[in-house]
Amino acid sequence: MATYNTNEFRGGLKIMLDGDPYTIIENEFVKPGKGQAFNRVRIRNLKTGRVVERTFKSGESLEAADVHDTQMQYLYNDGDTWHFMDPASYEQLTADAAAVGDAAKWIREEDMCQVTLYNGAPLSVEPPNFVILRIVETDPGLKGDTSGGGGKPATLETGAVVRVPLFVQIDELIKVDTRSGEYVSRAKEE
Amino acid sequence: MEWRPAASLAALRARAELYALIRRFFVAAGALEVETPIASHAGLTDPALESWRTAWTGPTGVQPLWLHTSPEFPMKRLLAAGSGPIFQICKVFRDGERGRRHHPEFTLLEWYRPGWDGERLIAEVANLVRLALGQPERPVEILSYRQLFRDRLAIDPLHATLAELAACARDQGIAGGEHLSLDRDGWLDLLLTHRLETGLGRGRLTFIRDYPPSQAALARLRPGPEPVAERFELYLEGVELANGFAELTDAAEQRQRFEQDQACRRELGLPVPPLDEAFLAALSAGMPEAAGVALGLDRLLMAITGTSHIDQVLAFPIERA
Repeated sequence: MATYNTNEFRGGLKIMLDGDPYTIIENEFVKPGKGQAFNRVRIRNLKTGRVVERTFKSGESLEAADVHDTQMQYLYNDGDTWHFMDPASYEQLTADAAAVGDAAKWIREEDMCQVTLYNGAPLSVEPPNFVILRIVETDPGLKGDTSGGGGKPATLETGAVVRVPLFVQIDELIKVDTRSGEYVSRAKEE
Repeated sequence: MEWRPAASLAALRARAELYALIRRFFVAAGALEVETPIASHAGLTDPALESWRTAWTGPTGVQPLWLHTSPEFPMKRLLAAGSGPIFQICKVFRDGERGRRHHPEFTLLEWYRPGWDGERLIAEVANLVRLALGQPERPVEILSYRQLFRDRLAIDPLHATLAELAACARDQGIAGGEHLSLDRDGWLDLLLTHRLETGLGRGRLTFIRDYPPSQAALARLRPGPEPVAERFELYLEGVELANGFAELTDAAEQRQRFEQDQACRRELGLPVPPLDEAFLAALSAGMPEAAGVALGLDRLLMAITGTSHIDQVLAFPIERA
């Protein structure tokens, strides 16, 4: 079982704590000149996303978390389960709604996603930063309005709702930034 | 490989100016600049500090040497030899210490005043630091260690039990405190670093004095109904800057403290460096009563240049050394 000593602490290191995997966001070495050294860290729980602070005695060791990121292709969804495939090995994995989270709003079959694996099972799924999706529902806008001011809600083929300019119409393709959930531009078929 | 310096040219200039200012200050104050070895046959026994080791190939073969964590022992040998007031600017080494305010190789200004007590030395430290900061009017505050903990945490650091200290850390909401296994001084250090330190020296110079006897290091004890160590620390804008003592000059007590340190190191499975017998011999021969202090010049430079990371005042931090 791999372990990390506090000396090895740095941003991005994955550790186990109280049975959950965490990533270190920030590590501060704290020590009075003539006294006990501590490592004061900010860490993110990779299951819940919650950020907490924690102090360790310097020199302590913690178990390493078996967590790594990999690119996988989204295949299909059958209700509660999302199926992904490793494009190199064709190995398939399934992820539940908790792991897929918000990514479910953005991904279409065959999209490549970043899947974070914990002990070999998907822990979280990141959609591509930009996706191109078709509008399936929106109010007819005013013709000739190209200002983009104001805007209106539009429902996309994946079910996500984004604000789009008034001139964008049903059945058009748009590019969306999944990190902010914002409309970027109209798009053409890839 | 990054070849460029981490510090700005302005920070390099600030360092040169600071050293010149310090030398002018001590020439005017009648102190002698000295130089003592960086590598020694003896190491520091303090369990809280790790020495770097090296080796010397000489006529009797390869001998292990220890890099100093401060120039204290040889400087005290000079005092015993009748040097009078002395000061030194030197690189010191502390293994494993790395962070925003720590670098394993750093620069200390250390000086000794024979015949002075802690109070008089505190005044001189304050004068030098105010001069270096260009803030001659910066206020000075002096608190006892006990008063600090009583006023701000409502706990008596001299008498609180292990359980009371742990409970205080929990009440203070120190995250992960419930998982820590510490001794009394460890809990006090936790409270100091996590809840007290950042508030010290804000807009002023804060000196903490009269430490628990267990944290005496090389300070003499002031006897009385509540004995305390005649040790002080200076904080500037939440940063520990200097540590001083009314020096322990009793050879027998010094040897006893060293041996306690060694026993503690053995118990913790840490390396046990040999005692500095030359230093102990100097104490036996008679070292004058003196006050001494070590001040971290990199941290003082951080304050002067308004930087928040020690790398910003180092030409080449260890990762690119």
